[in-house]
Amino acid sequence: MNSMIYKKKSPLLIFLIPAFAFLLVFLYYPFFQNILNTFLQIGGLGRAPEGLNTPWYENYQRLVSDPYMRTALKNTLVLVLCTVIFQVGIALILALLVDTIRVGAEFFRTVYFFPIVISATALGLMFNLMFLYKGGMVNQLLLSLGRLPYEVKPSGKVIVQWLDWKDQAHFLFTMFLPVMWQYVGFYFVILVTGLNNIPEDVYEAAALDGADGWKRTRFITLPLLRNVLCTCLVLAITGALKVFDLPWVMFGAGMPENQGWLTGTYMYDQTFNKMNVDYGSTIAVLIVVLGVVLSNVANRIFRPSEDL
Amino acid sequence: MINGRRKLSHAFTYLVLCLWALTTIYPFIWVILNSFRQKGLIMSDSFSIPLGEAFTWDNYLTAWHRSDFKNAYLNSFLISGTVTVCVVVIAGLAAYGLVRYRFRGRGLLYSVVLGGMMFPVFSTIIPVFRMEAVMGIAGTGNRWLSLIAVILPQVAGNLCFAIVILMGFIQSVPIELEESAYLDGCNVFQIYFHIIIPAAKSSFATVAIFAFLWSYNDLFTQSFFLRYPQERAITGLLNEISSQAGVNYGLMAASVVLVVIPVLVVYVCLQKHIIKGLTAGAVKG
Repeated sequence: MNSMIYKKKSPLLIFLIPAFAFLLVFLYYPFFQNILNTFLQIGGLGRAPEGLNTPWYENYQRLVSDPYMRTALKNTLVLVLCTVIFQVGIALILALLVDTIRVGAEFFRTVYFFPIVISATALGLMFNLMFLYKGGMVNQLLLSLGRLPYEVKPSGKVIVQWLDWKDQAHFLFTMFLPVMWQYVGFYFVILVTGLNNIPEDVYEAAALDGADGWKRTRFITLPLLRNVLCTCLVLAITGALKVFDLPWVMFGAGMPENQGWLTGTYMYDQTFNKMNVDYGSTIAVLIVVLGVVLSNVANRIFRPSEDL
Repeated sequence: MINGRRKLSHAFTYLVLCLWALTTIYPFIWVILNSFRQKGLIMSDSFSIPLGEAFTWDNYLTAWHRSDFKNAYLNSFLISGTVTVCVVVIAGLAAYGLVRYRFRGRGLLYSVVLGGMMFPVFSTIIPVFRMEAVMGIAGTGNRWLSLIAVILPQVAGNLCFAIVILMGFIQSVPIELEESAYLDGCNVFQIYFHIIIPAAKSSFATVAIFAFLWSYNDLFTQSFFLRYPQERAITGLLNEISSQAGVNYGLMAASVVLVVIPVLVVYVCLQKHIIKGLTAGAVKG
């Protein structure tokens, strides 16, 4: 149909060469070089490799036996699980609720989406203030609700037992909450769009058959939403594996006591601060492999059959 | 009876929705309020509105004088502005070529674009650094070169997403427009600039906004390439403040507000483009 204008192929080069040159040089070449790097010995960032590692799979050996790596992996997997359950879960509930109202849907969409456009660095700093040990927002709130033990000294001074939100017992909560909270709005917006795409006559037919309320949600909405939900899950999983800024600003290098590593922050620390560049590359490869495997698993489980 | 129950469930719906809205708005209000509070008071009384004695501009003055915000803003806008322009121009051309031309290897190139979205920045950053060091761009200590060193990988990182979104929109531009322009004697480049870009304007806006925000908000890439004080961009500066401010919480709150404001302005003005454009792309796949 468009043969007339687009038969002459020479302008195509001008259209395509800039983009694919960029992708080749700054995405594909580095990606494969990075895989090669895991077998090489590299003395520092930006330095030339000094030959093969001995044995050549040394980094992978180390990956398996590194206890901090195991912590990072465990935390990251917990984070993935939490994002799938809470992030997508809360987004789904909010989207289903918004779908039932007429007034204010636009407002909620704008407000829910807002945290996504804010830099995670600023959010990290903000949550640091909120979870401050002595007199942070959360602790002040708990104190005023009478949920923190305190004693009044004879001198009139009040001694409060503040809750340390970053200690060993609480750090996972403190680290994951902002990460999950930030992106709920993203999945919410995608799910709402999916809901709007369900044709009205499907609901009308269901109403004739007597399906209402919860039944309607369970047997009509959710199955029709399955495709979009699956997209959300894959995005949530790959997103959780990429998390870096928020935990880095809030917890830095593996606080508390090397319990708080994630694969992303550990990779950065090894590469940049410890100068184990080839080991950092190996962690990056692991992150990619995890992403591919986990999103495939999600697809296997949730992707509906073609005829749906 | 049924009517009453429906009203109740409606009220409950709004209650839940408002509660979540509170969690996304209130933290920002809280930070803004506390950025105007005398610094000692934040730890004892952070919920009230700072009036009279408690009100102060000091936190902003300290933030502005102690840290080089002016320079960091300049660096950030130079980086993100350039990234935005490059992404829109390059991705627009590629999307147009991929949508309208039929040629061998088109499917392969499309998979290259889709595949490119899968690479986390972790997996490319080290070789990119090495490559740019060899080219003499990265790690030189020269401010302008370092900015370019950040811009190049950020452009590459945003391209794939931009191409996919733009392809979706260019596909929906009716081809008759192009054909009549062609009969009027336009060549493909004129068609691109006079027909395609105006027709797909809103998707170009979406792509531009996201490229800008992702670049402005990114900490990881920037902390690899911007290592000297005069090169630091906004997020890097903020990260530094967070580790150096110690117990000066007022300063932290003010810094957060200073960083969030440009984004807030962009968001409030352009939020229609942001949300609509994104969902159109994401749901189409």
